[in-house]
Amino acid sequence: MSIELRNISKKFGDFVAVDNLSLHVETGELVALLGLSGSGKTTLLRIIAGLETPDAGEVLFGGEDASDVSIRERKVGFVFQHYALFRHMTVFENVAFGLRVMPRRARPAEAIIARRVHELLKLVQLDFLADRYPSQLSGGQRQRVALARTLAVEPKVLLLDEPFGALDAKVRQELRRWLRRLHDEIKITSVFVTHDQEEALELANRIVVMSQGRIEQIGTAEEVYHHPANAFVYNFLGNVNLFHGRIEDGRVFIGDTAVELDNTHAHAHPQTGKAVLYVRPHLLEIVMQPNGKQTFAATVKSINPAGPQVKVELVAEWGDMVQVEIDHERYQALHLEPGAKVFLRPKEQQLFVYQI
Amino acid sequence: MAGQSQREPQRPGAADPPWVRRALIAIALVFLALFLFVPVIAVFAEALRKGIGAYFAAIADPEARAAIRLTLMTAAIAVPLNVTFGVGASWAIARFDFAGKQTLLTLIDIPFSVSPVISGMLFVLLLGVRAPLGALLADHGIRVIFAEPGIVLATIFVTFPLAARELIPIMQAVGSEEEEAAMVLGASGWQMFFRVTIPNVKWGLLYGLVLCNARAMGEFGAVSVVSGHIRGQTNTMPLYIEILYNDYQFAAAFAVSSILTLLAIATLIAKRFLQRRAVPAKLEKHDDLAVKVAA
Repeated sequence: MSIELRNISKKFGDFVAVDNLSLHVETGELVALLGLSGSGKTTLLRIIAGLETPDAGEVLFGGEDASDVSIRERKVGFVFQHYALFRHMTVFENVAFGLRVMPRRARPAEAIIARRVHELLKLVQLDFLADRYPSQLSGGQRQRVALARTLAVEPKVLLLDEPFGALDAKVRQELRRWLRRLHDEIKITSVFVTHDQEEALELANRIVVMSQGRIEQIGTAEEVYHHPANAFVYNFLGNVNLFHGRIEDGRVFIGDTAVELDNTHAHAHPQTGKAVLYVRPHLLEIVMQPNGKQTFAATVKSINPAGPQVKVELVAEWGDMVQVEIDHERYQALHLEPGAKVFLRPKEQQLFVYQI
Repeated sequence: MAGQSQREPQRPGAADPPWVRRALIAIALVFLALFLFVPVIAVFAEALRKGIGAYFAAIADPEARAAIRLTLMTAAIAVPLNVTFGVGASWAIARFDFAGKQTLLTLIDIPFSVSPVISGMLFVLLLGVRAPLGALLADHGIRVIFAEPGIVLATIFVTFPLAARELIPIMQAVGSEEEEAAMVLGASGWQMFFRVTIPNVKWGLLYGLVLCNARAMGEFGAVSVVSGHIRGQTNTMPLYIEILYNDYQFAAAFAVSSILTLLAIATLIAKRFLQRRAVPAKLEKHDDLAVKVAA
């Protein structure tokens, strides 16, 4: 079922959580709401579920206004960040809960409930834990039980609030892949909230980048990562170095170093004035010799060779910290040591300039 | 459970030396014996001093029977009312932010902070025949002060905070996520309440019930002021015991006291029994887990 949000606003006291926001989610889509804490993403998810009432705007499910539909009749599945499993019930009873509270005429017989619960527990690969209590499970197991419990009532929409936020990195990876597969199988319209850009990029069909209750950009992983709509999105998706400089005749100067603007994402065609330049660590090159006005001097501060790329931390000639990522071959060739004087050259084609 | 003290501690490095453990246990046991077991045994010993015949005669006395009946009736009205109020108030306080929440919290504590005698006086001033409200009620043939309704009201007043105070921190600690989960899964308000909210606070509820019952049966001060001490009519057990004691009828006084003590012990046994039943059967196999749940 598709979800449509029209001009949703929500305030808590003076704090604007959601600011006149509209969004359309197609049937069967898996959409990520990505943003920092306080960006309004969880509030938005709770509004879709009916756990919060918007101050203004409408929520439509399958084209029909759901404003007057109560939580229990919305047929949404909601997975909470801290699982919210019923602590006094076994895993089996947790999953069966949604079926047991159905109105008597719709409630399935006990044998059917039992079969359905075991099917779901098999789906989340936890059938052997049916008699345990939530406190006896690991975090990853609890989250899978929470998912099974949600799926038991056959929701038309699945909403997940930071579903893997409380888990350690390894389990998170696993569950992420598992959820992706599950979504491919059952094709349920899903929205999940996350502050982890990697999670959003890996899992979602489309990503909604949010900040201060508004949408900064909507797009596929490719679009938001490689074609960020603005400085916020660029800054948020991945590490960046931030340089203050100025623009003169279509060229950006950081200190004395000039960077040609031809192929940059220079927005609003900046002419002259102050500018902020964002450069991802892997888009800076380390060279040993200066190259006219295209490089600036820096001193190596520390080197972290663990991982697929070598992370080098440097101090620029004007005193700012700069992070650079280079591959291991280049690192070997350069013979870098802390304290070495080197030169940095921005790879021009993918800079992001923001005029201030 | 009994085997626990003999078991090796889980972190030997953090364990106290054996003599410290033994000394602490001994101190606790001696203290309990001196301040709990000895007095309780003394009550029964005194009650039976003049023989079992005198004991039963003291209890069978019509005035004693009336006092027992009045005490049980008062508890039967006050306890359910206050537990219901306690659940409602603690739920409202833990779940919602509303104007006057702090004031409500303070108001709930008033019966704790005021001497019970003053609580009783308050009802006399408000509902006595000389007060307008009391006069109005008297005109309609309703007598509150120096009658059963006054005793029930005073008891409700002094036991008012017990259940609520017990439940508020538990409700706050449990949080509302599970309730929200129940609603999203299609539960109605009542289903959510009886299947999720109440089971989550059941230990606090049970404890509040026991405290409330003990206080309702044992209340002296407030009830003494509003009762008027009409023998066979408005004497609760504590009041009746005092009258007997002042009349130098020690054996009879202790006989009725022993009944009150037995009622208290029965309450505790009932609590224990309910706890046992409520601990899931699966967990009972692992004793220490069951203890954790019960705690």
